Amino acid sequence: MAQLFFFYLAGIIVLTSILVVALRNPVYSALSLLIMFFHVAGLYVMLHAEFVAAVQIIVYAGAILVLYLFVVMLLNVKREDRYHAQLPVGALLGVTILTEVVLLLLQRSDASVPAAAPVAAPPAAAIGNTEAIGEVLYSTYVFPFEVASLILLVAMIGAIVLAKRDLFDVNRNP
Amino acid sequence: MVPISYYVVLSAIVFITGVMGVLIRRNIIIILLSIELMLNATNINFVAFSNHFHNVAGQVFVFFALTVAAAEVAVGLAIIIALYRSKSSINVDEFHLMKW
Repeated sequence: MAQLFFFYLAGIIVLTSILVVALRNPVYSALSLLIMFFHVAGLYVMLHAEFVAAVQIIVYAGAILVLYLFVVMLLNVKREDRYHAQLPVGALLGVTILTEVVLLLLQRSDASVPAAAPVAAPPAAAIGNTEAIGEVLYSTYVFPFEVASLILLVAMIGAIVLAKRDLFDVNRNP
Repeated sequence: MVPISYYVVLSAIVFITGVMGVLIRRNIIIILLSIELMLNATNINFVAFSNHFHNVAGQVFVFFALTVAAAEVAVGLAIIIALYRSKSSINVDEFHLMKW
């Protein structure tokens, strides 16, 4: 049953991620990315990461995608007609890396290399996923957490400065 | 129980799709969307290994990756708007200001 769910989610994720790259209209690309985000959130629920799944939907699907769609509709761009001229280089690179992945997978199924033994589950985790993340985030990773808040502040100021129209020539247009 | 290698292969496929998107598309917005694809591929790996090793630190790293993705989107879209104002285009081939 879990495998069935995994293959459904993985199939939709691969299909929509290919559609993101292949579709000509940026709005359709953004919407298929939205579908992909929801299925990745489903994958996180399968992996017992409920907090990350909720954050994925709230932040990625709720904020980032809306920002993308807003900009796509603000710019009102025409659909592009052809791909970049370096398509053969990209295709070569993609096929090469994908072949390596397939070869590694086949080699892995030989069982010549001992599989990494799964770590034994801790005895009956009594606390929930969100509580566990909170405890680790505010004790071990408290300094990266503060740095992340600084990154968000810098990004906010930078976005305002970059997108403001007449920031540097206020003297000309008072 | 799904083996960990399935998640790694799925993540690799999504990552390669993102790399291909960066290489073959000429629309800057699609290139940023492809970068989001790559970040999501790494996040899938983080959460899968976090579940595999029963260590919650992987999910904390997903949290940080998400923060960086949000910052990147804000600044990147602001740059795109500024570029569109100066060139009236979001085609990457049009931007060769620094080419001599």
